[in-house]
Amino acid sequence: MPGKLKVKIVAGRHLPVMDRASDLTDAFVEVKFGNTTFKTDVYLKSLNPQWNSEWFKFEVDDEDLQDEPLQITVLDHDTYSANDAIGKVYIDIDPLLYSEAATVISGWFPIYDTIHGIRGEINVVVKVDLFNDLNRFRQSSCGVKFFCTTSIPKCYRAVVIHGFVEELVVNEDPEYQWIDRIRTPRASNEARQRLISLMSGELQRKIGLKVLEMRGNAVVGYLQCFDLEGESGLVVRAIGTACTLDKLSSPAAFLPACNSPSKEMKESPLVHPPSHGCRSTHNSPIHTATGSRLTQNFSVSVPTLIYTGTGSGSAGKEGGPLKALLRQQTQSALEQREFPFLTLTAFPPGLLVHVGGVVSARSVKLLDRIHNPDEPETRDAWWAEIRQEIKSHAKALGCHAVVGYSESTSICEEVCILSASGTAAVLNPRFLQEGTVEGSLEQRIEENLPVGCGFCHIPYDELNMPFPAHLTYCYNCRKQKVPDVLFTTIDLPTDAVVVGKGCLIQARLCRLKKKAQAEANATAISNLLPFMEYEVHTQLMNKLKLKGMNALFGLRIQITVGENMLMGLASATGVYLAALPTPGGIQIAGKTPNDGSYEQHISHMQKKINDTIAKNKELYEINPPEVSEEIIGSPIPEPRQRSRLLRSQSESSDEVTELDLSHGKKDAFVLEIDDADAMEDVHSLLTDVPPPSGFYSCNTEIMPGINNWTSEIQMFTSVRVVRLSSLNLTNQALNKNFNGLCENLLKSLYFKLRSMTPCCLCHVNFTVSLPEDELIQVTVTAVAITFDKNQALQTTKAHAEKSLQRASADNEEMLQFPLELCSDSLPSHAFPAAKEHLESASSNSGTPAAQRATSVDYSSFADRCSSWIELIKLKAQTIRRGSIKTTVTVEKASPMGDGNFRNRSAPPCASSTVGVVKMTPLSFIPGAKITKYLGIINMFFIRETTSLREEGGVSGFLHAFIAEVFAMVRAHVAALGGNAVVSYIMKQCVFMENPSKNQAQCLINVSGDAVVFVRESDLEVMSAQQPAVNCQPSCTGEVTT
Amino acid sequence: MTSELDIFVGNTTLIDEDVYRLWLDGYSVNDAVALRVRSGILEQTGATAGVLQSDTMDHYRTFHMLERLLHAPPKLLHQLIFQIPPSRQALLIERYYTFDEAFVREVLGKKLSKGTKKDLDDISTKTGITLKSCRRQFDNFKRVFKVVEEMRGSLVDNIQQHFLLSDRLARDYAAIVFFANNRFETGKKKLQYLSFGDFAFCAELMIQNWTLGAVGEAPTDPDSQMDDMDVDLDKEFLQDLKELKVLVADKDLLDLHKSLVCTVLRGKLSVFSEMETNFKNLSRGLVNVAAKLTHNKDVRDLFVDLVEKFVEPCRSDHWPLSDVRLFLTQYSVSVHSLDGFRHQVLWDRYMGTLRGCLLRLYHD
Repeated sequence: MPGKLKVKIVAGRHLPVMDRASDLTDAFVEVKFGNTTFKTDVYLKSLNPQWNSEWFKFEVDDEDLQDEPLQITVLDHDTYSANDAIGKVYIDIDPLLYSEAATVISGWFPIYDTIHGIRGEINVVVKVDLFNDLNRFRQSSCGVKFFCTTSIPKCYRAVVIHGFVEELVVNEDPEYQWIDRIRTPRASNEARQRLISLMSGELQRKIGLKVLEMRGNAVVGYLQCFDLEGESGLVVRAIGTACTLDKLSSPAAFLPACNSPSKEMKESPLVHPPSHGCRSTHNSPIHTATGSRLTQNFSVSVPTLIYTGTGSGSAGKEGGPLKALLRQQTQSALEQREFPFLTLTAFPPGLLVHVGGVVSARSVKLLDRIHNPDEPETRDAWWAEIRQEIKSHAKALGCHAVVGYSESTSICEEVCILSASGTAAVLNPRFLQEGTVEGSLEQRIEENLPVGCGFCHIPYDELNMPFPAHLTYCYNCRKQKVPDVLFTTIDLPTDAVVVGKGCLIQARLCRLKKKAQAEANATAISNLLPFMEYEVHTQLMNKLKLKGMNALFGLRIQITVGENMLMGLASATGVYLAALPTPGGIQIAGKTPNDGSYEQHISHMQKKINDTIAKNKELYEINPPEVSEEIIGSPIPEPRQRSRLLRSQSESSDEVTELDLSHGKKDAFVLEIDDADAMEDVHSLLTDVPPPSGFYSCNTEIMPGINNWTSEIQMFTSVRVVRLSSLNLTNQALNKNFNGLCENLLKSLYFKLRSMTPCCLCHVNFTVSLPEDELIQVTVTAVAITFDKNQALQTTKAHAEKSLQRASADNEEMLQFPLELCSDSLPSHAFPAAKEHLESASSNSGTPAAQRATSVDYSSFADRCSSWIELIKLKAQTIRRGSIKTTVTVEKASPMGDGNFRNRSAPPCASSTVGVVKMTPLSFIPGAKITKYLGIINMFFIRETTSLREEGGVSGFLHAFIAEVFAMVRAHVAALGGNAVVSYIMKQCVFMENPSKNQAQCLINVSGDAVVFVRESDLEVMSAQQPAVNCQPSCTGEVTT
Repeated sequence: MTSELDIFVGNTTLIDEDVYRLWLDGYSVNDAVALRVRSGILEQTGATAGVLQSDTMDHYRTFHMLERLLHAPPKLLHQLIFQIPPSRQALLIERYYTFDEAFVREVLGKKLSKGTKKDLDDISTKTGITLKSCRRQFDNFKRVFKVVEEMRGSLVDNIQQHFLLSDRLARDYAAIVFFANNRFETGKKKLQYLSFGDFAFCAELMIQNWTLGAVGEAPTDPDSQMDDMDVDLDKEFLQDLKELKVLVADKDLLDLHKSLVCTVLRGKLSVFSEMETNFKNLSRGLVNVAAKLTHNKDVRDLFVDLVEKFVEPCRSDHWPLSDVRLFLTQYSVSVHSLDGFRHQVLWDRYMGTLRGCLLRLYHD
């Protein structure tokens, strides 16, 4: 059944001069959707045309509505020759297709040209009349909501989390079609933009269908990526988590309701026993590649590491049977699905039961031409293979699910590395199935889950550990076993008890590789990969210990392949989890003990390391409460495990890590310095300088240990490209260069943002690519958020004393589920229920206080906003009314968004400036409440230039382009009636240059969720940033004569 | 390892006021970095020279991109590419249009033409202001001039509306435009002791009282042939000023005037005798200035004449400012008691402004 799309072209402004003779432009607009095109009249001789067109109506299938973008082309009419295109606007009308999102798209859009960039703006109004469609076999999936946010969106409640959805579509890349040889770069770029827009529409529709099949109504943690495979084609793939979401009318009214009727519960009675041994879960990377098929469809599967702690372990019996029970039950809910994966990184309280560790899998593939775009079987099969591997790794860790799951690729010529990683976990089945849960069992689970440490408890069987690990009793509840170190890809659970603050930890690594072709190349890469994984892991571990911390969250390891090297960059946020044991120090051992000076050198190094650890502990305020030894008991390694440990050691004998068991229960991490390499490693450990005072950084959503954010945020993207001197490159020199590049980049960020201190860089996201032989490109996107220092000190002090109680208090996310939390956890606690509630309430007072601080801060900002510039404009407006002969008023060209803004009563002059649209990679806006999600923003742009020097060189070119991309994102959000983008991510920034030809090209893909937020503190303030992008009469210089 | 590309783009455009100043002052990136290093920023922040270099480059690039918009400030407010808080926009605009005293003294009253632009080299050498900065300031003058030149209504308001400047700065620009349009000579050696502020003060008085816009509050007929403009002096008024000549040409009138002034001021001035002896010279000077204003050439020399005919004689006799004030007040007022003089309104329009100007010009 069709829908009706209505488009009105209102006006343009700031158009470029297209006619040199008159210095003016005769502009008209073509509106195209599918195969239908409408045109406006030509508005003669104006740079600010007022078309004020009729409503152009398109009657279309809702399938097309989902797939097709609305294409608006602004042209300059030319009587004698062909009309010149000024630029285009693509509008994704998807947000208009679900009921709760935007109802109208209306506003000023930048007119974009792939060669010239933004050339003026156009005011457009778009509406959709959609008729309900009850056809079961429909191809469209209108109404399924998409969120990039990797947690349950703030004003929703998860009724059921259905699980993993994935899809990919392939096509030929227009850039590589034969026709590209005869068409202009502009035409080629536009073909590509349009194709990708179409493909992502199609992809989203197909994913939506899968969600409907699963009886869900939304996709959360939607991640869509492009693989530019060059000659072999273009792949657009997406993953996400299907959910059934309920809109929260009022957060307090929430109760965990799972009463939706269950119908198709195909419970598989088959209970998988926990996998034994370590099928491909190795502590050592040296493991032959399995399943290499040297066919045209060449593939090397790379063995995978499971990142958990190393060390010896002891066993305990408690909780064993329960775990088995739990596993049984949750397995039944998840195992029926092919891939029990969630792309979420933060969870409703109670969902995450245990965390096993990071599981990852990589595979090296040779690309071949995609012969039949309609059957993308090869690519599907590749990913299925990897996901299967991830699943089995999770199983080996005694987990039935993988959370914080993500997939990525790195392509160089015809070689492609596919990577997937996630965190093995045990989940509470309550959220995963519709209805029927045995209440008694559930209660038993909850009882055994003390707040704040439950997720640290090992999910696997102590007696059949998948890998050697050093287990102790949980330092928090003393009941269950925990590993000594925990690595995860998820955000820090809100109830986790953390000591001190967290910090960004990065492992950086380069490996040279011989240039090779096809299979040889792929083999070389897959041979290198395990070493890289291992070294990245070692580096992370060392740096973690150097910081005096014991857990990593948000771990993201990126391996990038280039012509002659491989790069590895791992980022994570280190924290000290109170539930985990204190990390041991780092010991340095020399190989040649007889040399006196050498000994001295070693002891010097040792001292430096010890000093650094002490300094870091102070810096990050890590002072865990002393624990008496008796309670914990000394973990004596069992002989059986020790022997296995030794074996794994021998496998890695050529590596620097060795376990010195003689150090007893405090398992010191030993670095053996036996050659220059090891020396280099130790040095590089010590070269990481901590951020300057007043700065913290993390790559997770929130910084552990800081909870009093103020409202100032600054999202930014920074790109650096360095050229390596090609002369005798060694691994060491490469590593040093790469390290320097990353460190300098961070230093630059701290310097640039110094006016914001005290502040924290959150969600720091590094991306490395190797565009050419000797070029390394690093792209960083992050958000700097200010916080109140005084309050921070107070809360941390208070928290040091009562770390347990604090746990539930510091995140507003918790407020959504307060009742559930209390009802679940109360009976299980030693201290009285009322007290805990009170405690959490009182320590919660930090939140309102922070808001108060916010209001102060913000109103001062508002003062500044209403500075004299507004007064002048007001004045000017009144003055000109009488005396000036200026004529054109653009007032009619400014249909305000719609009713989305609460404060349309704001004085008209305040809205004359362009409304502020905030952008953040986080899922929330500090000091504000998200009241509405308007739909996802998913935009793809190409920019090309043949006058690189004239545009300020590569830096000038890319700087302008990224600024333009931000502007276009903001304009789309504002047109939807929003005032912020959350969960913003720049997924791709592919930059290619050819300075000798004075050319450059860049492709950028960004996405996020458009939202409306309201300041919790002060609604008045909103008037200063009302996103109505309209133009007041006095706006343009050109109008006046 | 060399940096090929190095950029930072914030959702809110970062503006560093110090770097902005360096950029406006026309320093190259390297000079700016050197100056920043000297300011001790490295010690304060613990940054390295490389970081500073990259930061400076970034800001310069941003300013370069913003410059196009700053040429038409309303564009800056309505553009979508750079998200800048209003207070920052105001700062960017204000600073961009702010000029150096030394520079403006060099070009005040000159024709804002290509010819003058060619002299910027010399001005730069003379004032020590970088050529780049001179060019920006000159282009600003010229741009503002071009936009408001033909416009009706209040000059200050027009400037404020089209360039969104603060009140103070808009007034200064009004003076610059007014001087450029009337080509008042300000560069003579005699006038070197005068500051831009002195001229701007006079310009404001003249705009308020001597231009067409000053005649009626609102022009009765907007389409009348009269140019309702603040930039041009009221030609009719200048013509009428000839009538004042009678004050010095008619001996009786002149004597009467003198005696009226002397009666009142006797004992009140420390320089009474000097005033008495000089009265006729001073009066002749002031009235002749008025009578000559019909010629463009003499209009240009207005300030030279005022200084020559009034400021210098008084100064050589060491009149204190208070005495000058008393004298000028009495000199103007006494005319009302001259029965034979019919041009009281005209006299007040002329002398009111001139009195203000002279008092401002009278200093060392």
